[in-house]
Amino acid sequence: MSLLTPQRPTEGAHTHSAATMVPDQSRAERRASFDPADFAVPHGREEEWRFTPVDRLGPFFRDEAAGADADWHEELPEGVTLSTMPVADWQALGVPRPQDRAAAVAAARSGGVAVVDVPAEAELTEPVRLRLSGDGSDLVHGHLLVRVGRFARATVVLEHAGTADCSEVLTVLAGDGSDVTLVSVQEWDDSAHHLAQHDVVVGRDATVRHIAVTLGGGVVRLNTNASYTGPGGSFEGLGVYFADAGQHLEHRLFVDHEAPHCRSNVEYKGALQGETARTVWVGDVLIRAAAEGTDTYELNRNLILTDGARADSVPNLEIETGEIEGAGHASATGRFDDEQLFYLMARGIPEDDARRLVVRGFFASVVARIGVPEVQERLMEAIERELAGEVAA
Amino acid sequence: MSTLEIKDLHVTVETEQGTKEILRGVTLTIESGQTHAIMGPNGSGKSTLAYSIAGHPKYTVTSGTVTLDGEDVLAMSVDERARAGVFLAMQYPVEVPGVTVSNFLRTAKTAVDGQAPKLRTWVKDVKEAMADLRMDPVFAERNVNEGFSGGEKKRHEILQMELLQPKFAVLDETDSGLDVDALRVVSEGVNRAKDKTGAGVLLITHYTRILRYIQPDFVHVFVDGRIAEEGGPELAERLEAEGYDRFTAAGAGA
Repeated sequence: MSLLTPQRPTEGAHTHSAATMVPDQSRAERRASFDPADFAVPHGREEEWRFTPVDRLGPFFRDEAAGADADWHEELPEGVTLSTMPVADWQALGVPRPQDRAAAVAAARSGGVAVVDVPAEAELTEPVRLRLSGDGSDLVHGHLLVRVGRFARATVVLEHAGTADCSEVLTVLAGDGSDVTLVSVQEWDDSAHHLAQHDVVVGRDATVRHIAVTLGGGVVRLNTNASYTGPGGSFEGLGVYFADAGQHLEHRLFVDHEAPHCRSNVEYKGALQGETARTVWVGDVLIRAAAEGTDTYELNRNLILTDGARADSVPNLEIETGEIEGAGHASATGRFDDEQLFYLMARGIPEDDARRLVVRGFFASVVARIGVPEVQERLMEAIERELAGEVAA
Repeated sequence: MSTLEIKDLHVTVETEQGTKEILRGVTLTIESGQTHAIMGPNGSGKSTLAYSIAGHPKYTVTSGTVTLDGEDVLAMSVDERARAGVFLAMQYPVEVPGVTVSNFLRTAKTAVDGQAPKLRTWVKDVKEAMADLRMDPVFAERNVNEGFSGGEKKRHEILQMELLQPKFAVLDETDSGLDVDALRVVSEGVNRAKDKTGAGVLLITHYTRILRYIQPDFVHVFVDGRIAEEGGPELAERLEAEGYDRFTAAGAGA
């Protein structure tokens, strides 16, 4: 399997692009580099940082080794191996490059990549579990590579908890015909800061699901990028987030359709409660000229439970070929629907129970599709706890 | 034997043009087992009466009383009214995404009865009630009102009336938008629930058509926020022949 990033065939294919477009107007123009020096320290007005409280993230942008090591705990099903790899070897695999300074620093300064290998044609019945628990405010670099061999089937659950400043780069290489589910759970304490770049490289005819569950953290910013090495690939990006007062939870997705006849589907749902609760969702989809037969859809819904919370939602769709199956996006942010509440209460259901039903129902469509029962159950319990906190307050 | 008593009820609503009085002194007493039809032209305040009884926050009661066996209904929250035995079948039931009909019905039944229904009898009751209303069993696993046709929504409302067994049911234009077959099925459901529990029914309608299937004991003509005329079933027949013109002209002249 070649994981080398294919040549961009679109240069000059469209006469309008050079003549009428301001550079960097296409998502494809965004800088990507292994060298931290290629990125200036962000001041917060850049397109990719404009929603993020960069003033709280100073240590993430210093081009130096982290002061502490990440404390990982792993559970590996039989046949799965964990090893380390020098950063240079990781780069030589042709992996997607870091797209911002924090990711570039984390990748360059990590001191080594933790590599999880799932052999070809393995059919895992238990998930691979990786758990990062932070216990301090020192910066830690997390650098991970998950390689799933061709025709293998694997689920990887990556959990983050405790408190830390965690800068993370995760690459998932899904071999041809493989079936991969990666669940990333962010259940940080409120003092934690977490910046992450997750790159998912979908092999030919592979199916990859990336699921982000973000329930806690002072600042969490998870950038998930999907690309395809050949036709027939399918990427599903699911996300659930619940922001309380003082939390900034940000999810950015970029699905880069370059290979033909691939599919992508992104669905993120978030709830916000508390005066200063803040969420950001940015969903970029690019269908390049060569990506004929692409079928893509992205959706973001936000439910604002209390006054003062703010949700930003920015779907972007760029299409460079008309020969596609479908492309669409939808975004809606709304307050809690009082008519739903009235309807349920008019059937005798007390207000707290009615609110819980509505919020559970709001998340249900995404949660049901996670497909990992232990994660689904824990998530619904966590949502119950979040709501119980609101009711008590 | 229960009594729902509405006395000199005045209700306002906030509009862009300011506070508007919609109900201007409504007095009406309903006993268990009775069916009262409230008929009137659009905008006469019929639905406001229904929602005010149920406690919708959009409506402000400025004076008057609503009591159920002497208990002050207006002092109760929306859910307390439902648990006290007041049911509103809505004209436009809202969707509740992600909440299945079966989960919703069980939660509501548990809330109204104060305890969870016995599983075996409950499943059977739901199945039978759905079959009686010609509802496909797969309905139970659909989300509440999501993607329901107009007729399905109304059947679902009456299904709830049959299962929750209220003392008094207010049916807000349950007949609107129904074809004749659906109207018959829904009306049978109302009559079944009434026969079973002896509930009192306040039937709000624009048309006389539903009164062929649900026999009213009393007919009240509602015009301009109050009852303009009262009578027995013969009043409905007269409205059928003459329409509301007589009342609206009088209302305009007053």
